[in-house]
Amino acid sequence: MEWEYSPAPESSAIADIKDRYLPFIDGSFKEGSGEDRDTINPGTGERLSTVSTVDASDIDRAVKAARRAYEDVWSQLPGPERGKYLFRIARAIAERSRELAVVETLDNGKPIKETRDFDVPAAAQHFFYHAGWADKLQHLGLGPAPRPLGVAGQVIPWNFPLLMAAWKIAPALAAGNTVVIKPAETTPLSILVLAEIIADADLPPGVVNIVTGAGDVGSTLLNHPGVDKVAFTGSTAVGRRIQRELAGTGRKITLELGGKGANIIFDDAAQDQAVEGIINGIFFNQGQVCCAGSRLLVQESIADEFIERLKQRVETLRVGNPMDKNTDVGAINSEAQLGRITALMDAGLAEGAELWSSSCVLPKNGFYLSPSIFTNATPSMRITREEIFGPVLTTMTFRTPDEAVTKANNSPYGLSAGVWTEKGSRAMGMAAALRSGVIWDNTFNRFDPAASFGGYKESGFGREGGPSGLAAYLETDDEAVVQ
Amino acid sequence: MSHLAVSKTYKLFIGGAFPRSESGRTYQARDNKGNFMANAALASRKDLRDAVVAARKGYAAWSKATPYNRGQVIYRIAEMLEGRRTEFVELIMISTGASIKIATAEIDAAIDRLVHYAGWTDKLAAVLGSANPVSGPYFSYSAPEPTGVVGILAPLRSPLLGLISVIAPVIAGGNACLVVAAEQDPCVAITFAEVVATSDVPGGVINILTGRVSELASHLAAHADVNALDLTGADADLRESLEQAAAETVKRVYVPKGVPDFAAAPGTARLRAFLEIKTVWHPTGALSLSGGTSY
Repeated sequence: MEWEYSPAPESSAIADIKDRYLPFIDGSFKEGSGEDRDTINPGTGERLSTVSTVDASDIDRAVKAARRAYEDVWSQLPGPERGKYLFRIARAIAERSRELAVVETLDNGKPIKETRDFDVPAAAQHFFYHAGWADKLQHLGLGPAPRPLGVAGQVIPWNFPLLMAAWKIAPALAAGNTVVIKPAETTPLSILVLAEIIADADLPPGVVNIVTGAGDVGSTLLNHPGVDKVAFTGSTAVGRRIQRELAGTGRKITLELGGKGANIIFDDAAQDQAVEGIINGIFFNQGQVCCAGSRLLVQESIADEFIERLKQRVETLRVGNPMDKNTDVGAINSEAQLGRITALMDAGLAEGAELWSSSCVLPKNGFYLSPSIFTNATPSMRITREEIFGPVLTTMTFRTPDEAVTKANNSPYGLSAGVWTEKGSRAMGMAAALRSGVIWDNTFNRFDPAASFGGYKESGFGREGGPSGLAAYLETDDEAVVQ
Repeated sequence: MSHLAVSKTYKLFIGGAFPRSESGRTYQARDNKGNFMANAALASRKDLRDAVVAARKGYAAWSKATPYNRGQVIYRIAEMLEGRRTEFVELIMISTGASIKIATAEIDAAIDRLVHYAGWTDKLAAVLGSANPVSGPYFSYSAPEPTGVVGILAPLRSPLLGLISVIAPVIAGGNACLVVAAEQDPCVAITFAEVVATSDVPGGVINILTGRVSELASHLAAHADVNALDLTGADADLRESLEQAAAETVKRVYVPKGVPDFAAAPGTARLRAFLEIKTVWHPTGALSLSGGTSY
């Protein structure tokens, strides 16, 4: 008997997508002086809207507006008042959550169930959490009177456009800084809806400025002499360049970069749960997650049986229209990203790994890829070392816990890792031995504003979320200097 | 017949041993009046690479030691230093031209600094970590861990207090370090290495090179197995190029905001600069408080 799902599409009407969007500078939406850019709906491959982009003069205006707002208003405002603005924003995100979810799915290509159940609520929660810190900075354990840094320049990626905006803006504002932030050029819409929320919340002009455009805009922003703090989430290659360009400036930097997370399955793991965790780890958001569990390490004694079980489950994933509420795996964010993923998959085949892909039928239009698993991979292959940033899992085996640790840590990255075992002491021991900023035992891809997130090694430095995330936006208990 | 003094050969301190530079080179350490004090080893790039290998080994042992044990060992360095205070007072006076009063104040402060950091090792997780009240049935905590191997350019003009003020916070956090000593004061630095060598510090946890900062620093900054840099001893021009080199492997870089006042009480900035915060999540299931059932 055939069991088919009926289509369950979310309505795109609620997004009320405008034909054109403008950057948000000094409290109002203004024409940018750069060229217009179309933003594409990855689910269909068609134009969704057009965004006016900025040039260097607009960036200069935005930074000056942020400086003025910092000096005249925001840094003078008592903590409780700053907090109330952030609470307002959190509430308004929740109020417009369905609209934001649809905007995000249309612009990004991720399934509506993810934007609805994760991206948007988590963004609201992030503002709510940090709102509460605004009048409690003296309790962070960073000295009696931590001070804001000034104007924060922030550049965010396309994989979680609204959530990354919240991760950047909320702690910066709670700590008393003002912000100039640039979204990715392929996903500018949700943050510009957030700008409406910010304007409706009567946030003083210039406290949050949103500049639109591609990488050159980001680079100009982060190198602007009026910026006191730099926060970047994106690739390690760009992060490295930012660190190099800012050498000698004394500017405080947070870099949230790439990853190649190991997901380690021991022979005593609850296998059905582990299968679900692996799928969440690598196919959540089409694998376009810096902390994705993209390197599967399975204990040799169960490997064949386990990988077969994993393939059977992946075969049942529903891949397709991101706007359908039953969709598990949506569209890749852009044609360019799809090209980068398939190029690395070609490299994996050329180096001798075996590729298996789900037999799901992909939509004709839009940017789609079948969930895929490489087996027989070796530690030196590009698919094992490099971040694929797509729904592609690389699989290796191990025999002993020591070997698992060695293989997992054998990476220039150190962002995330997962451990699946029923043995508590082994779970705790592995968590200590793995050189990664986030460890998930018997779960994967859990996030919370109260739990700090960030990388070891070339996955970057600085934290977001929790007390240590706030420290990144404060002058804190610094070393005394000779006056 | 009067005793002819046996003068000391100052060597490098790598992996708990005192080798000469593999290059066979030395340079003349001079006192503040310009008189010959001793020949110091002029470390080469190869010595630096050897020291990184030693530091990586030292890190493996040190990061696994218990915080209590690390605290005791750092306290032991203070004890050994106390026992040699007269020697250091004399050495600081000769090397820097300081008065006996200033030299005495420096060693007193240096000993106290070690004691201060000895007491930090088992408090870092409590002060910098947290139990995270996450929204779901998970036990989540964040705790600091050492960054790894830290390359340090020791400050100038504070040969003992400055040296200890940069080393102690790094090792208190569980890191291993490789220090390029202040060029003018190699004798103080290597005499301090003798203190370290007799203080139960595992070999490789502290490695001290003497030589030219201008020759060694760029290799230190570019070395892929060095995780972090403390550029306290680099001047502004050098700092920029070293930070550029450090970016290639996304190293953490600590740059003080001015000339550090080592006489002042240290804050936590130097500790925090060389720690990574790790967040761990464990499911707690339906029995936990956040699992939805009250008992």
